[in-house]
Amino acid sequence: MADSILDVRGIHKSFGALKASDGITLDLKPGEIHALIGPNGAGKSTLIKQIAGGLNPDSGSVHFMGRDVSVMTVAARARLGLARTFQISALAMGYTVLENAVLGAVGETGSVFRFFKPAMKDADLLGRAYAALDRVGLRDQAGVITSELSHGQRRQLEVAVALTLAPKAFLMDEPMAGMGAEGSKELTTFLQDLKHEAPILLVEHDMDAVFALADRISVLVYGKIIATGSVADIRANADVRTAYLGEEDAA
Amino acid sequence: MIGAFAAAAVAGWTGSYVLALMASLMAAALFGALIELTVIRRLYARDHLDQVLATFALILIFSEATRWTFGSFPLFLDTPDWLSGTVMLPGGIQYSLYRLAIIIIGLVVAAGLFLLISKTRVGMRIRAGENDREMIGALGVDISVLYTMVFALGAALAGLSGALVGAIQSVEVGMGEPVLILAFVVIVIGGIGSIKGALAGAILVGLTDTLGRTVLPVVFSTFMEASAATSVGSALASMLIYILMAGVLIFKPTGLFGSA
Amino acid sequence: MIAERHLNAIILAILVLIPAYAVIADEPFTITLATKAVILALAGVGLNFALGQGGLVSFGHAAYFGIGGYAMGILASHAQSYTPLMEVPFVIEGSNSMPVIWLVAVISGGLLALLIGALSLRTRGVYFIMVTLAFGQMLYYFAISWPAYGGEDGLSIYVRNQFPGLNTLVPIQFFGLCFVILLIVLFIVNRLNKSPFGLALMGAHQNEERAKTVGIDVYKMRLVAFAISGAITALAGALFADLNRFVSPVMFDWHTSGQIMVFIILGGVARLFGPIVGASLYILLEHFLGGMSEYWQIYLGAILLFMVLFAKGGIIGRLSKKEQTHGG
Repeated sequence: MADSILDVRGIHKSFGALKASDGITLDLKPGEIHALIGPNGAGKSTLIKQIAGGLNPDSGSVHFMGRDVSVMTVAARARLGLARTFQISALAMGYTVLENAVLGAVGETGSVFRFFKPAMKDADLLGRAYAALDRVGLRDQAGVITSELSHGQRRQLEVAVALTLAPKAFLMDEPMAGMGAEGSKELTTFLQDLKHEAPILLVEHDMDAVFALADRISVLVYGKIIATGSVADIRANADVRTAYLGEEDAA
Repeated sequence: MIGAFAAAAVAGWTGSYVLALMASLMAAALFGALIELTVIRRLYARDHLDQVLATFALILIFSEATRWTFGSFPLFLDTPDWLSGTVMLPGGIQYSLYRLAIIIIGLVVAAGLFLLISKTRVGMRIRAGENDREMIGALGVDISVLYTMVFALGAALAGLSGALVGAIQSVEVGMGEPVLILAFVVIVIGGIGSIKGALAGAILVGLTDTLGRTVLPVVFSTFMEASAATSVGSALASMLIYILMAGVLIFKPTGLFGSA
Repeated sequence: MIAERHLNAIILAILVLIPAYAVIADEPFTITLATKAVILALAGVGLNFALGQGGLVSFGHAAYFGIGGYAMGILASHAQSYTPLMEVPFVIEGSNSMPVIWLVAVISGGLLALLIGALSLRTRGVYFIMVTLAFGQMLYYFAISWPAYGGEDGLSIYVRNQFPGLNTLVPIQFFGLCFVILLIVLFIVNRLNKSPFGLALMGAHQNEERAKTVGIDVYKMRLVAFAISGAITALAGALFADLNRFVSPVMFDWHTSGQIMVFIILGGVARLFGPIVGASLYILLEHFLGGMSEYWQIYLGAILLFMVLFAKGGIIGRLSKKEQTHGG
């Protein structure tokens, strides 16, 4: 599939007797939001880790932008443009919003080994940082210490930092978690806009958001993808109903 | 150190080795419990730097306090008559009875600890506490008492070993420190969180160190003249266990039996 | 609450005024004490870069302090006995020149740190601390058993090394030299802290996962930071050896590593001038308390314990408001 930005082929991963990933194949095409849903313990985090780079699959491969990244480090994949947001915010809590954004820019421009020019006065880095903050609407909070941000704002900052990578694809792990109704709506609108810049592989439990956002949905149960399709397909799918939607009330 | 000093003091007063050993266990346990209650307790939630510095501060305080109480000269602790002399081992080797006794005590303690941790309820609680402190508290186990007891037990054992070793070496301030360093090397080599690894690591370190010191100078003397061989050989031997540690780190950063 | 910038200026002023007064009052011993404080502060600045900025708790930094000291000891002892270090494959003579010695010290420290760091940085948390301590001890035991340079007794150097244009035996001149070096290093470290490298280093300290996911090769970065840190501490070691005209394996010992950490804690971790305050305080305690009691280290331990438990942030932390190292 030459069109796919992200191509996961036959990923297998076992922890002892537990098959966390049992022959998973899926792909992410340009301009789409592909949602990954499934009950707890289905192996979603294990899969995301293998795509993002913290875990190596036992067999199978991950291709990004046409390249085999299966054994590349997290940092290397990030430099290629694979951006990631975390369910539990992974931010430098002691830094200000702006510093976190500049940190992202430092990683992207590969300028870690620049020793003499102050980072916070570098026009290039600041430009990238501010641009990202503007996109998510956090420019006014640039001087606020990250630990003092509200939950929703930390989410926004996570996305902003991801944006500084000039990303080619996003991996988002439950971005809606902990957001109130208002915040979820805003984020939904934002993501619908964002997907045109770079496709998003979205792991989510919030079904309303999934059905509103997703172009395609894949359902992961016990390490296997039991169905992939459009929102309508998945809603109609009997297997999915029994395995997941039937047992579920509110994510 | 505390164990050794307590033993030496009591042995001096009473002349009884057994009493001295008991004193060492009690003194060390007491100090251990005291330290846990006042200092260690506050450190559980802190980062590593704080923990290291606080315990370093404790070492400073205790070392100097011991020097203050007992003076700078080493104390002497004699091996008791009923444990001195040698014993004939199979194979015709004469071995010191006292050292043999230490080995046996070591094995007994190891077995005892193993049984304690894996087969008793207390041991189960300790293992559970290691995994999830809050949960076990919520289940009604008084975790703080448990921790104090564990710490005191560890201290008592350390005190006992100090007393035992004190009879072979001398009882002086700072005698525990080389042991501390060695313990670190053993843990790094043997593996993080693995008792099996600690045993394997200890044996490996002991063998490497002793064999290295005896063998290396001999090896070097085959192609170097004698005095150079001794100096180069022994210098290298002193580094050998650390080189071993480095080797393990290259191939298995979590240690031989360790898990991340 | 004083702004950190102003506090730093006050510290520098005190550091200059005391020796100045001592020259007028003709008390060379005070100058020597001040010089010792400056040199130990430099060692602390080196460690602080790795520890405060990078979060790498190295309990074996004495390794670099010692290597710097022995670089001086070896070069100077060969110079004073007019024998070369090496004749095969090419001749290396000893040296009495401070700039040469410093260059060798810095390079040795950096390389050693690179080597030890490459191995140690593969571990994390407590294990990193243990491994760095172990490597420090390795050098300690090696120095004791290597007979060529004094072994356990150490090596005395009879003549203070030379610096062009100065008479280094005059206490105030040597003090001035060390002080200038400290200032230069502080300037460099300050720039490093503010640079993208420093931002990334401190960012990885706060959240390693975040640094990786923005494309930063954390291991390589930390290795470079560690090497820089070792190089600085090694320079301090060379100066220390020159001050005392004596090197011994004790410079490698873990107690020395602990001392360097104490300087940082007393003054304030990750504060640029923290090691200066800490080292000065240590010297004062050693001099005054040590004069009163042979067992002054009990008080040092007690103060240290108190600070760790109740007064994190050190003295600068108490006196100054939290300064953002990277503010806009």
